[in-house]
Amino acid sequence: MSLGPCEKCEELLQGYLDRELSEAEVGEAEAHLDGCDYCRRRYKFEANLRMYVRTSSVERMPAGLMEKLAQLRGDAA
Amino acid sequence: MGEVAPENEARRLAAQARDRIRFEEEALELADQVYRVARRLVRSREEAEDLVQETYARAFRSWQSYTLGTNLRAWLLRILTNLNIDRGRRQQRAPEVTPLEEGDYFLANKMAEAAGEQALDQERVVERLSQNAVVDALSALPHDFRDVVVLVDIGEFSYADAAQILDIPIGTVMSRLHRGRRLLKQRLAEDAAV
Repeated sequence: MSLGPCEKCEELLQGYLDRELSEAEVGEAEAHLDGCDYCRRRYKFEANLRMYVRTSSVERMPAGLMEKLAQLRGDAA
Repeated sequence: MGEVAPENEARRLAAQARDRIRFEEEALELADQVYRVARRLVRSREEAEDLVQETYARAFRSWQSYTLGTNLRAWLLRILTNLNIDRGRRQQRAPEVTPLEEGDYFLANKMAEAAGEQALDQERVVERLSQNAVVDALSALPHDFRDVVVLVDIGEFSYADAAQILDIPIGTVMSRLHRGRRLLKQRLAEDAAV
């Protein structure tokens, strides 16, 4: 197995995917991704997973809920 | 006391009424997004609907504790997650979280084998896993983990916002996210293996 877990970048990868890194850290993460097949594969996979979780919840509000919420307005004066 | 000129008092009340209406309108514009997060925090559509209604009832009652110009969506979701916790769900025991270093990579490897590395693109992953698989896997996560995954991945909140909403340190958000996603991947891998 040429591809093995890369402990070092596990934490960096999470922050990178979640867009939580500083500019310097982003540079560090990208430099690492450039040189590490394993992490690049992980990155693609993790990015897909996030996208997938996001698109699992595109469900819109049930009809009528907006009206119910609007009726709650201004009742506490 | 009693010295306030009536016209000043009238002006103050009119300004307050305007602020209130503005608050209510801005809050209602966010209802779809609030519902989307609620829908993934609880199991059923009915529960999500109830939770959103309770949230808005409370928000409209306590609107004056919201500071104009701050993140209203985060403020609403803080109410919502607190209400959800108040519902006594914390009494449920969360299943033991197992260390999953191997499981973590299992799904990635499985998919790479099945589809070839080049095909690990979004469409293939989406094709391979049913939408329900992700929904089921999310709802099976222990609450603490589900909250952060839903807020960050579906609500698209920053770690800092998620920390504020849940009233936990940022470091806890990060570790729960990491472990929550790991559990999610394990569940999905199990599903994919069936």
